[in-house]
Amino acid sequence: MATSKTLGESLREHGVSRRGFLKFCAATATMMALPPTMAPAIAAALEKARRPSVIWLSFQECTGCIESLTRSHSPTVENLILDVVSLDYQHTLQVASGELAEEARLQAMRENHGSYLVIVDGSLPGPGSNMGYSTVAGHSNLDILLETVEGAAAVIAVGTCAAFGGLPRAHPNPTGAVAVQDIITNKPVINVSGCPPIPTVISGVLAQFLTFGKLPELDAYGRPLAFFGQSIHDRCYRRPFYDKGLFAETFDDEGAKAGWCLYRLGCKGPSTYNACATMRWNAGTSWPVESGHPCLGCSEPDFWDAGSFYQALSVPTVDSTQTLGLAAAAGVVIGGAAAALAKHGKTKAVADREPVTVEQLEQKL
Amino acid sequence: MSALDSIAIAVEVPRLAQEWGNALPILHEIRHGLERLAATGEPTLIDLRAIPFGPGDEARLLERLGRGEVEARIHALGETLIRETAIPAVWLVDFLNAEGERIALHLQIDRIPGLLMTQPEDLAEAPARLDRLLKELAGGGEAA
Amino acid sequence: MSDSMEFLLWTKGTLFNWALAIFALGMLARLVEIFWLGRAPNYAEARAGQWGPGLRTVFTRSFADPGTFKRSGFDVLVGWVWHLGFIIVLFLFIPHIELIKSVFGMAWPGLPNPVIDAISALTLAGLVAALVHRLTHPVKKHLSDFEDYLTWAVTFLVVLTGYVAYHRLINPYPLALGIHILSVEIFLVVLPFTKLTHMFTAFIARWYNGAIFGRKGVQS
Ligand code: SF4
Repeated sequence: MATSKTLGESLREHGVSRRGFLKFCAATATMMALPPTMAPAIAAALEKARRPSVIWLSFQECTGCIESLTRSHSPTVENLILDVVSLDYQHTLQVASGELAEEARLQAMRENHGSYLVIVDGSLPGPGSNMGYSTVAGHSNLDILLETVEGAAAVIAVGTCAAFGGLPRAHPNPTGAVAVQDIITNKPVINVSGCPPIPTVISGVLAQFLTFGKLPELDAYGRPLAFFGQSIHDRCYRRPFYDKGLFAETFDDEGAKAGWCLYRLGCKGPSTYNACATMRWNAGTSWPVESGHPCLGCSEPDFWDAGSFYQALSVPTVDSTQTLGLAAAAGVVIGGAAAALAKHGKTKAVADREPVTVEQLEQKL
Repeated sequence: MSALDSIAIAVEVPRLAQEWGNALPILHEIRHGLERLAATGEPTLIDLRAIPFGPGDEARLLERLGRGEVEARIHALGETLIRETAIPAVWLVDFLNAEGERIALHLQIDRIPGLLMTQPEDLAEAPARLDRLLKELAGGGEAA
Repeated sequence: MSDSMEFLLWTKGTLFNWALAIFALGMLARLVEIFWLGRAPNYAEARAGQWGPGLRTVFTRSFADPGTFKRSGFDVLVGWVWHLGFIIVLFLFIPHIELIKSVFGMAWPGLPNPVIDAISALTLAGLVAALVHRLTHPVKKHLSDFEDYLTWAVTFLVVLTGYVAYHRLINPYPLALGIHILSVEIFLVVLPFTKLTHMFTAFIARWYNGAIFGRKGVQS
């Protein structure tokens, strides 16, 4: 359960020295994508911060987001989860099960009413669809979400499924999946999209909430600007090749080996907003474009329905061959008809022509 | 060091080790930082994890900056390695967690990195600690 | 705008299909009509072949004769600049080539992006100059009607929105790209029903002209 101790106190209790704390703050600044000069301000804030209670709800998801977070390296997830937040309910990670697990959630909600955080991963069958598609302990996702969010301070939708509907919502959306923000409109919802999101971004958003006690600045999609403020393309180290017009055209041509731009191989970097190019993956080892694969655009809405991963961004998402053929055929018919009509009119005019004599004309005058 | 290092990977060395061009602006930023430090005494911090480096850019930058005379190690929440580069007043601060994974990497332009200095709170507590030690020594000697 | 991605996908999907269909239908209807009506039969004995002069004229009429150039040098020059710019940007910008490849299965090498960028800037300048001239030249102004301004606007918008999208001047990018694609779709829909059809018919008309001259044995 969330304690009344401040973070500074609880860290000192764990034998963390002043330097250790400062180091923690420096790492947190990096994690929050804040300038390192912010570390003293972070230190001052964290010193007084209280561990918030966190309830994590998993709906129609693949557990990839939790896999991502539990591999979060900075600071270690133990630090993050045990010292910084009090994770009171997460049915994949928690030891308790059955009645006890659900009781833990209800207790955390009672004791921290108005101040706990709800994290959601996965989309949920929306109102009007078959609730049987996804249930936990016999309750529909929708009921659990509404019940749990009621006393929450804010909701963090982790992953593209929770943020935008993701894979479950892809055409034809058999389960009627919706995103958290489609349901929750009376509480702040922070979207941390990505399939999965960069682990440090998940922990960074938590740290930010913890540090400053308020919600970060968000973009039009409700994503924290600190991480989603710039496109992949704008921070891509291959950008100079795009600008020069040097592109890899297959995965093994000379351009690919020389590390040229992956636009023609389907890179969605220009339309994708995320922090991969700077924060990278796997403890800062690399990221998709660096490893030679085009960006899939996983942090954007509808990315499963946005056309092939391996076709350029400029390529239409529909196959127009049939439309084009039909329209062309119709065009030929209409054009032919118009010409026939004109020809007919001309022939008729010739046939109907009545010669006029000069006398007839003069009579008319 | 980190868990990732235990995975056997054959790294293909690119045929043309190329410059991706993101190291040079950092060198210029360092230069500005040095001027600022000399003129006003104001330190500069550069978070190398916030720079969109290309493959090998970071390593090349650090290699160019070289090694200076000082190296230090802090043991608190995992190790922190602090190293002066060949350019005076330019320090590399490498933050590792308990598993030895890097959690942040900074370049600091300062006379001495702040983290090395004794923290004011610790200084305030220092006499009391020594007093405790003195008391122990005076109180019987068998403790010594 | 919070559903910019939805907007982009709409312009790249449904709307693209519709625009392409209207364009194909309209353009083919017009071309079939033109070809089927053909020319009035010429019963005079042909003095020379018509194919050679026809094709030659298609090409030679692209260049103004010295007299025309002297009389309206501005029109000729500016017209050339932006027409050529438009064609180059349309066919040699790599994202466009990818699009053509996906729809028609044909592809060719493109130009580096900075070259395309410079050419589109020139094209924009040319189009603005053409409009200013049209608005200030008394005779031209008198001759211009709504259609002239409409076709100018849809053409200008295509290039302008492309330029804006390339330079990422509107955020988020899916919105910028969607606006560009939308403006192209408007262009495609308007094309068959306005003087923009000259993209196709100009060459047909030149061919007929040259062919008639050739048949008569007149130098074309
Ligand atoms: S690889 Fe992708 S993100 Fe990088 S420059 Fe090319 S298109 Fe942009």
